Amino acid sequence: MAKEAAGSSGGPQPEQRSGPGVAPDNLMVKCPKCKEILYSRDWEKNLKVCSRCNYHFRLTAHERVNLLLDPGSFVELDAAMVSVDPLDFVSRSQSYAEKLQEEQAKVNLNEAAIRGYGTVEGLPLSLAVMDFRFIGGSMGSVVGEKVTRAIELGLERRWPVLVVSTSGGARMQEGFYSLLQMAKTAAALARLGEAHIPYFSLITDPTTGGVTASFAMLGDVILAEPGALIAFAGPRVIEQFMHVKLPEGTVNSEFVLQHGMIDAVVHRRELRATLARLLRLYKVPGATRAQQPASAAPQSQVEAATLLSRQSSQSRAEVGGGQDGLRS
Amino acid sequence: MVYDLEFEKPLAELEKRIASLQRKGERLRPEEHGQLQEYERELRRRTEEIYRSLTAWQTVQVARHKDRPYTADFIHLMCEEFFELHGDRRVGDDHAIIGGPALFNGETVMIIGHEKGRGMREKMYHNNGMPHPEGYHKAIRLMEQAEKFGYPVICLVDTQGAFPGLEDEERGQGSAIAASLYAMARLRVPIIAAVIGEGGSGGALAISVADRLLMLEYSIYTVAAPEAAASIIWRDKVYAPQAAEAMRISARELYALGLIDDLVPEPLGGAHHNHRLAAENLKTALIHHLQELRQIPVDRLVQMRYEKYRTVGPFGFAS
Repeated sequence: MAKEAAGSSGGPQPEQRSGPGVAPDNLMVKCPKCKEILYSRDWEKNLKVCSRCNYHFRLTAHERVNLLLDPGSFVELDAAMVSVDPLDFVSRSQSYAEKLQEEQAKVNLNEAAIRGYGTVEGLPLSLAVMDFRFIGGSMGSVVGEKVTRAIELGLERRWPVLVVSTSGGARMQEGFYSLLQMAKTAAALARLGEAHIPYFSLITDPTTGGVTASFAMLGDVILAEPGALIAFAGPRVIEQFMHVKLPEGTVNSEFVLQHGMIDAVVHRRELRATLARLLRLYKVPGATRAQQPASAAPQSQVEAATLLSRQSSQSRAEVGGGQDGLRS
Repeated sequence: MVYDLEFEKPLAELEKRIASLQRKGERLRPEEHGQLQEYERELRRRTEEIYRSLTAWQTVQVARHKDRPYTADFIHLMCEEFFELHGDRRVGDDHAIIGGPALFNGETVMIIGHEKGRGMREKMYHNNGMPHPEGYHKAIRLMEQAEKFGYPVICLVDTQGAFPGLEDEERGQGSAIAASLYAMARLRVPIIAAVIGEGGSGGALAISVADRLLMLEYSIYTVAAPEAAASIIWRDKVYAPQAAEAMRISARELYALGLIDDLVPEPLGGAHHNHRLAAENLKTALIHHLQELRQIPVDRLVQMRYEKYRTVGPFGFAS
């Protein structure tokens, strides 16, 4: 897995641009799938997709937000939410509390998910986005809470909800608390469903275990990026348990699409436009208008409109050359 | 009584001495008679002592004991009548989850549970209690039927986990579990789940989203099997006992953490020593909770269930 290139976040959080996570720019990147050597600049312009084999590199949560939302529209909520150590968990002489600190410093994120709201082509939505770098995107109480709060904001404002998943499953270090996050998020989604508010799930590489068996698979519409590992039991688990050898890429996006578990496999380049289409189709009656929650209310409406037109022209340009990097 | 677990060796030794004296029957000399009574007292005392402070790993062994009463045993011992329903009405019938309407304390309930099966042949038939997606689809069908007729749902949980096969991925294991969590969250009848042995990960959770979650005293509930957690975090399966300890998986610890609603006492030496008494204890607890839940108007019940799950999991804020 290639390390994410420097300073690629560019999000509204200034702390994301500095700190220990930022390494000097590398000129080249090697595709882990086809081993092609790619120029970093081209690779980033191509949204971190291998131009040769179409391998979709993993994105950080903030890169994902920049990819999907209108530039500058994302408002992060609960950024300071952190895990506690309810079990006083110790493994290999390292406490979970220490492990958390280590990960926070390494990844420059407080947890394995961020949540907030924003717009896509001017249409508002509440969202939570996972980040695989933080303890394998594992779901503990904070991830469960952030996803649940994203759903609740959707309920409150009558906005569609999007969760972008990438996770190794429930977090062992929080034991039963982690497992119960599956029930918590599913229960919140059941309420959202009763309120007739749509929920979109975007599954990215890799997503397994408790996240697959809860909110990732509960979308009214479920999308996945090409070639993403998507499973309840990951290939290694299957291989160990069943004593078989699985061919590379057996349980992936295309596999679950073929077996009727998801609605579409969407190239990264098309994701924003696809999301916008869904938001137009699944319009929620009585939705709170996008600008209302933002403090700079009247201004942002105007801004959203201009961004919308700028966004459309960019989308058109993309067909020709493929630009609009993750650095928006 | 058979004490056959590793940590029960001192008990097995005493038991052997008792058995050899008992074999003498009438030929028992008076002093041997006293000796026998002494051994029996000692066995009881040592058993109580050991079981009072079982380690997490010892609890795992009791929870997985091959002679432990399973769902079918509990149904047989607790219910006056039971009719098993089969099939998910889509593709098949999964024998790892059994269920159907039962007469319980004079009233109809829908009872659903993982069944491991005893002995080689049964174990194969029931897939050792590891459900395929069809099992969860069947469980959802039965729960929805219970809602239709206003029957409370009782789920008995006893699985290592959902079956991790390639075919299960093809048929949507993750989807099936998620769908069950979703359905149970809003089901408009009382739900009580009781872990009778192993609560293994998502495959167990899928039938235990409930108004009341009970656990038998020596049962376990794990986010991942201790062996799996050990190989992930400790990078070696041999650390399973440490993983079991660290994850706090025993019923007693989970009760102390406030994560379960009730702890059901087991017979001395574990449920496998006395199925009848284990079933009696569980039945008493179920009746108690069922009576409480029946008093609650259904809207309130569903709301309370939501809040119970909504508030689980502590977190903080970085300054």
